[in-house]
Amino acid sequence: MSDKPEKFIDENGLRLDGRQINEIRQMKIKIGVLSRADGSCYLEWGNNKILVAVYGPRELHPRRLQKADSALIRYRYNMAAFSVEDRIRPGPSRRSIEISKVSREAFEPVIMTHLYPGAVIDVFAEVLQADAGTRTAAINAASIALADAGIPMKSLVSACAVGKVDGQLVLDLNKAEDNYGQADLPVAMTQDGEITLLQMDGNLTPEEFKRALEMCKEGCRQIMEMQKEALRNKFADDHLPIEVPDEIVETLDVAATLEDVVEENEGDEVEVDDSSEETVEEDPELESEVEVETGDADEYAAEEPEEADADDDILEVEEESVDLIDGEAGDEDEGVANEGSETREQ
Amino acid sequence: MSVLKKDYIYNLMLKGKRVDDRSFDQVRDIALETNVIDKAEGSAWVKYGETEVLVGVKVQAGAPFPDSAGEGVIITSLELNPLASPEFEAGPPKEGAIEMARVTDRGIRESGAIDLSKLCITKGEEVWIIFIDIHVLNDAGNIQDASSLGAIAALMTTTIPAERNGKGEDMAMPMRDTPLAITLVNIGGSLMVDPGRDEETVCDTKITIVSNQDGSISGMQKSGDGALTEEQALKAVEMACEKAAELRKVHLSNI
Repeated sequence: MSDKPEKFIDENGLRLDGRQINEIRQMKIKIGVLSRADGSCYLEWGNNKILVAVYGPRELHPRRLQKADSALIRYRYNMAAFSVEDRIRPGPSRRSIEISKVSREAFEPVIMTHLYPGAVIDVFAEVLQADAGTRTAAINAASIALADAGIPMKSLVSACAVGKVDGQLVLDLNKAEDNYGQADLPVAMTQDGEITLLQMDGNLTPEEFKRALEMCKEGCRQIMEMQKEALRNKFADDHLPIEVPDEIVETLDVAATLEDVVEENEGDEVEVDDSSEETVEEDPELESEVEVETGDADEYAAEEPEEADADDDILEVEEESVDLIDGEAGDEDEGVANEGSETREQ
Repeated sequence: MSVLKKDYIYNLMLKGKRVDDRSFDQVRDIALETNVIDKAEGSAWVKYGETEVLVGVKVQAGAPFPDSAGEGVIITSLELNPLASPEFEAGPPKEGAIEMARVTDRGIRESGAIDLSKLCITKGEEVWIIFIDIHVLNDAGNIQDASSLGAIAALMTTTIPAERNGKGEDMAMPMRDTPLAITLVNIGGSLMVDPGRDEETVCDTKITIVSNQDGSISGMQKSGDGALTEEQALKAVEMACEKAAELRKVHLSNI
């Protein structure tokens, strides 16, 4: 095991894998790779291979776990048994439970959970091959999968780690640097540079920490560009003819129409269902589209209050839960079964 | 309920106050007693405000990990005992308990607080395994810092029971550093050190920083549903290092 390199950085300032100290590894992103999932992403980063699926928003069972005023987010980080050199025992470990927790909390600040009370948004991150930095890679992939699922978010989340080898700070650790390095600082950020995940182990002085955080910020910025680029490539063509401002007006109309229809004709289930489905499905997609195309959070934020008419929200939610019971009962059962087996294994 | 509580605490914060009249950078009163359990190789009882934690250290001979054949092993576990709070349930540890145990463990491990090479009996075959078991007795907030202080104090009083096991002479735990965790919460943009239970439940973001004698940092963890700005992170580090040095001087210097 002890294949610790003598030097991590050569005379030319290059690292073992030929990178500069502030250079991140090659990243490859594929969107919408799983047909059953509402959103999915396959991401390769260096030798990491990560697959993320997003299900939801969907009704949460058991009902006692439902939150009255917002959606619950569940995040499951899991490593495949064959993802590392020595086989790891399948199922949740203490490490993966902790990573799942902090990763979920990395998304809590950005996902607009108040739009889906009583619902759950499930994120399943599967590490197929691990090569240092799997939690950050999984977060980057999850961020894209959530956008793919049309989940309204205030920002994408990007993550990368800074470490210390040979007393020098380096961006995006590779395996050797991770194993034998002196520090590891994984960070996730929004596009405004707000920190949503921060962990550290190893040894850093407060000054080094400050510099490391700067490096992370730059790394996250580069990664966010790649995430946006990938989303643009996937979705820009499909929706190119749609003028964004017109669409927003139309969405508001749909909501208003829906309200009228319900008021006038409360008994008419079929009609209500149809129009609400449009709202639910078009709305999030449009919102993520706005974000991807313009990349301007402020513009988006400014529009938010208009849309967040309290009455509309309640209506949407009621109709949506009807949808979920009808349409996704099968998925629900799977979710419950999974949870049950996790509990047993612990 | 928690919305009302949040409003209350937030409004107090705007006036620069906290629920228990502390200042933002004031830690609650701490009581610390060591060697409280004779059967354990080292132990400490910590009272952090009303939060009570009992830490016991047991030492056993056992096999090392294959990738560190000449080094002792540290295993940290934390139990949120149901006697400590109406919210805790018996059963396997949940993510909150696992997280706190792992943050405590990382602080001790990564700072090199224990010289693990001195815990080797026969290289590749037998080493001393240090079990740090943290029992939470009463949850009045900030179990994390109480656990960290208790674990270090317990380790400092630990004797390796070599004679009893027929492995040579007893020795003191080979300590090199005293990493201490300090937790801060972000409430409405203000950072407060050592959150009480109410502050902990209403806060968006919690950040724990483990710092060492020389002022370096050996562990950090953001938890909670909110975010932090860069300035807040840097300020938290500064405040935590300062507080840790203070606690170290008051509570650990005479063990």
